[in-house]
Amino acid sequence: MTRLAGRLAGLRGRGRKALSTFITAGDPDATATVPAMHALVAGGADIIELGVPFSDPEADGPAVQAGSERALANGTTLHDVLGMVAAFRAADADTPVVLMGYLNVFLKMGYENFCGAAGEAGIDGVIVVNLPPEEAGDFKAALCSHDLDLVLLVAPTTTSERFRYIAGEASGFLYYVSYKGITGAEHLDARAVGERLQAMRPGLGDLPVLVGFGIKDGASAAAVARHADGVVVGSVLVNTMGNVGGSEIPARLTAQVRDIRTALDTL
Amino acid sequence: MPDVNRPPYHAPDERGRFGDFGGRFVAETLMHALDELTRLYETVSADPGFQATLEAELKSFVGRPTPLYRADRLTAHAGGARIYLKREDLNHTGAHKINNTVGQAMLAERMGKTRIIAETGAGQHGVATATVAARLGLQCQVYMGEEDIARQRVNVYRMKLLGADVIPVSSGSKTLKDAMNEAMRDWVTHVDDTHYIIGSVAGPHPYPMLVRDFQSVIGKETKAQCIEAEGRLPDLLVACVGGGSNAMGLFHPFVDDDAVDMVGVEAGGEGLDQGRHAAPLNAGTPGVLHGSRTYVMDDTDGQIVATHSVSAGLDYPGVGPEHAYWKDMGRARYVSVTDTEALAAFRILTREEGIMPALESSHAVAWALAEAARRPDSDLVVINLSGRGDKDIDTVAAIDRIEVGG
Repeated sequence: MTRLAGRLAGLRGRGRKALSTFITAGDPDATATVPAMHALVAGGADIIELGVPFSDPEADGPAVQAGSERALANGTTLHDVLGMVAAFRAADADTPVVLMGYLNVFLKMGYENFCGAAGEAGIDGVIVVNLPPEEAGDFKAALCSHDLDLVLLVAPTTTSERFRYIAGEASGFLYYVSYKGITGAEHLDARAVGERLQAMRPGLGDLPVLVGFGIKDGASAAAVARHADGVVVGSVLVNTMGNVGGSEIPARLTAQVRDIRTALDTL
Repeated sequence: MPDVNRPPYHAPDERGRFGDFGGRFVAETLMHALDELTRLYETVSADPGFQATLEAELKSFVGRPTPLYRADRLTAHAGGARIYLKREDLNHTGAHKINNTVGQAMLAERMGKTRIIAETGAGQHGVATATVAARLGLQCQVYMGEEDIARQRVNVYRMKLLGADVIPVSSGSKTLKDAMNEAMRDWVTHVDDTHYIIGSVAGPHPYPMLVRDFQSVIGKETKAQCIEAEGRLPDLLVACVGGGSNAMGLFHPFVDDDAVDMVGVEAGGEGLDQGRHAAPLNAGTPGVLHGSRTYVMDDTDGQIVATHSVSAGLDYPGVGPEHAYWKDMGRARYVSVTDTEALAAFRILTREEGIMPALESSHAVAWALAEAARRPDSDLVVINLSGRGDKDIDTVAAIDRIEVGG
């Protein structure tokens, strides 16, 4: 069992909701990322999703776009991101780290090169926003051969048949996109999320489902998490990275994550 | 002559692949809409009623067929092969773009979508989209980079007059690629009531296929017109390539005619060796951008790089996947000409024939003039004159340091 799958199975066994937190690597500068990752864990994050910046983040809202632009402005590359995760791993061997980005950056490094380097750096899996399972064959094979998970996304528009197909192709967890839209929007409808996930749950086996997009605080996290194995929080944390002075970032992130953790732990 | 044992060209496959290119690299939220569009398109492709309506629209609203014009003075100027111009500039709204928007608007109507969005670079596709939206009474929003808004202000005003909202895009390089990102973000959010009219043979399957098919009227007419005028097929087809819709529209009906050479002309900008250009087929590598695998201009980390061309419509770091396929299998050749060469061709065609070409089309004219000079006068060359140049007079005047109307 991979570190990611093991972590989620352990949480489920203890009846604890998973909290996955997203920040963009290299945002606002290269030195911010590793302390920020530790700060997320200190606040109660179970999984870290680390955004790989891309020039054309077509599924992201203004917050994550801005984070990506800040990271690219200081020259962050995928090699740099791997180095940041390796540095994080030196002090944290347990928290799963999943890279999230767009395909071209991984393609450019080469799937086999990337997977080898990712395994060495202590990365546990990837989420590729613009890679539906039909197109994922080569990348998935390379990921599998290095015991890395391929987390796939499902959306409200995904048909039931396709939902089951994607669940069969995914590993680690299934990422349910809570609404039709881009990251960080205000369209979250916890009831609709709940109805859909309840309808789909029987076909999913043991695969955990985490819900992301539009979850910004304890209340929205708790409202959604009661229907899922956990939640993903991103844009509000990226805003903190961009708006707060460098030295204050870790304390602010920890406080922000702790609020959400506290709300989840009431479930 | 074609190899009689070779099956006719058929692409894409059911996954939307042109060889290794194309496909569907999009956020999951859009997959259902793309499936729905693919199914609908399959239905209407086989529906004589739809095709008859489309043909009638192209005739009465767009003004087709467009002439295949024998450019005698241009031929004399080049001093070689006989040059014909396929006059897509004479279409309603002044470019080939409307062939596609008329067809896609009919698809939108069939799907019951009440709102249309589009991206635009030079503004020609935006105008063509706003035009069909006005005609059908559909809501229309057009995404356009701030840099393009500045250099194509006539078209911006045309879109507004037509009732469309032009939404400035200030992210990234503020040009066509960023407008396309923003249109994708809009579509993912409003996918239930909105149809996204992509303007080129780019994007996720089925767009490269259906835009190609709607634009193929250019090549079909050219074939018949050339046979009527000359009793035979042309020797060479030349068209500019940004995303590549006018080129694919001209080329595709000739794909199995092996004796017909095809050359796509990319924007060389300040020159390929200078780095500032928009010629992914000449200087890019295979990658994934805007929903398909194709040649892209990116750096060693896979970040898409800023492009440059004097023509907004060619200022794009990707290209339609079918062109990528044709480049690799050698069915078409892809070259580039610089801003300076395109501007010179703009002036030559304007003065020699009284036809002012779009700066995009001027790239094709520039390369074809040089090539015609290298060919015997028995050869026939067809240039796709994809659009008219009225929209570009501000740009040309600025280069001449002239204030229009000043």
